[in-house]
Amino acid sequence: MIAVAQPTTTWYLLLSALLFAIGVVGVLVRRNPLVLFMCIELMLNAVNLSFVAFAKRMGDIGGESTVFFVMVVAAAEVVVGLGIVVSILRRTPNATTDDLSELKG
Amino acid sequence: MGALLAADTLHGPKVDWFALTPLIILLGGAMVLLLVAALTPAWPKRAYALFTVAVGTAAAVMSFILWDRINHQGAKTLVGDAMWLDKAGIWIAITVCVGVVMAALLTDDYLRREGIDGPELYSLYLLAALGAIVMASANDLIVLFLGLEILSLALYVMAASHRKRADSQESGLKYFILGGFSSAFLLYGIALIYGSSGSTNLGRIETYFRLNPILDHSKETLALAGVALLIVGLAFKVAAVPFHFWSPDVYQGAPTPVTAFMASVGKAAAFAAMLRVLLQGLPHWAQDYRPAIWTIAVLTLVGGSVMAVVQTNVKRMLAFSSISHAGYLLVGVEAAAHDANKGLASTGVSSVLMYLLVYTVLVGGTFGVVTAVSRTGDGATDLAGFRGLGRSKPALALGMTVLLLAQAGVPLTSGFVAKFGVIGDAVRVHSYAIAIIAMVSAVIAAFLYLRIMISMWIAEPEAGDDAREAVRVPALLCVAITLSVGFTLAIGFFPDWLIHAAP
Repeated sequence: MIAVAQPTTTWYLLLSALLFAIGVVGVLVRRNPLVLFMCIELMLNAVNLSFVAFAKRMGDIGGESTVFFVMVVAAAEVVVGLGIVVSILRRTPNATTDDLSELKG
Repeated sequence: MGALLAADTLHGPKVDWFALTPLIILLGGAMVLLLVAALTPAWPKRAYALFTVAVGTAAAVMSFILWDRINHQGAKTLVGDAMWLDKAGIWIAITVCVGVVMAALLTDDYLRREGIDGPELYSLYLLAALGAIVMASANDLIVLFLGLEILSLALYVMAASHRKRADSQESGLKYFILGGFSSAFLLYGIALIYGSSGSTNLGRIETYFRLNPILDHSKETLALAGVALLIVGLAFKVAAVPFHFWSPDVYQGAPTPVTAFMASVGKAAAFAAMLRVLLQGLPHWAQDYRPAIWTIAVLTLVGGSVMAVVQTNVKRMLAFSSISHAGYLLVGVEAAAHDANKGLASTGVSSVLMYLLVYTVLVGGTFGVVTAVSRTGDGATDLAGFRGLGRSKPALALGMTVLLLAQAGVPLTSGFVAKFGVIGDAVRVHSYAIAIIAMVSAVIAAFLYLRIMISMWIAEPEAGDDAREAVRVPALLCVAITLSVGFTLAIGFFPDWLIHAAP
């Protein structure tokens, strides 16, 4: 009989930290605006996982309800972000963040 | 049956609607503007701007009435402990309304000049102002986050709103990516604080850490990591070095009136939120975060003024100037953190709040002049665009000179009063090193303002200067610049009443 370790909330917190880190690295190294965008969403959802894990650990409903607010904010960000990305891609198809370099100094 | 129904009734928190009137007015104004303007043919010239000014003024008047009520009845929390009705919050609400009015006055002729007139930008101003006020009066980290996002999402769209300029869209995208990035850090900080204290309510967080001074190791780690992430997130929003790299690009690319709004309202709200989080929620950790604030403040002061020296674009210069102003504000925050257990009543808070109001008016006027000088296309914002302004528009150049001197902190202007306030507070809590660094960096920063003045008054005209489009100063822009210069000088000569009024 193999003893199966029971997942604890700490596991989920570590997973969420890992997902957050992947998101951060993604934003820093990727060049496609849409991928950058997905990385930010990943960061927000990693935080959601943390909220749920903490709420479970403390038996508090507050953290779980917070997640809904964050999801609404993330959805609103998608709308605005995609709007900006689409208007840029219309002007310059296949633009990466390296092409967007008119502003510097 | 009646008893059954009564048992089933949901009781929400008691809402003091009167205390929320500034928010309701701003929201209502934005909705009316969007809906009515969508259903009616284009409004007559200036109507959109004047409507926005009226809404902003109405919200400011209601804030003054609430201020008076706080004088009589004291501060209290609203909507089930989620928000504060206190003097600091109302002060920022008034500051934000001033920012909206200034931005609307700048925007009016700008949009017609650029051929993109419409009500959208104005309603975004009002919605962003709503978010800023929510953020500044939040007593719950989630409410603070929601306010921040309402403000930021509106700002991203505003930055990208000039559809004819690639610069504007590029700045919108950059702002969006980096803003979203920093929001995620802030949110992670909120989650970790929630994990260690069990609440997102600032009051309950403060109580928890006060009653449990010795935490077990894992909770202490969570709390410290949370404090660090919150500071990173907020430092991004106020554009403090080393989290400033978005701001020169965004300031340069965004439509000039939007830059004015961003620099004034965005900064005021972010600093108010920073004060709330650090002093009302986390005073227990003051010994731990004060060195971080000290370091960021010094980097911001020195970085902002030194990096400005090599710039040639006036909007970029003003972005670095805005970064160095954030440095002075951080000096005030650092001073306030010395006696953080007093919350918002501590030394430094009132100087920071006064600085924010003074800076809002100042930056509105300064970018007003830049709006006029940038000419059709919003492109002539390098130093060459200002060449010869002293000859062609002496009054405008004189106004700009006064505003720049105020930004440099020359005595007899409001900028001096503001800088004197925060540096005086640093000295009062014996932070001599930071006070000296602040004064030295004021001297370095003066160079940048002098360069613009030299370009306006002394620079030799060059061939082709006469072929440029003449600088026009339309009526509402003129009103905005005059008000700004008047306020700057009035506070410079008679600062007493403002210092006494600041909470």
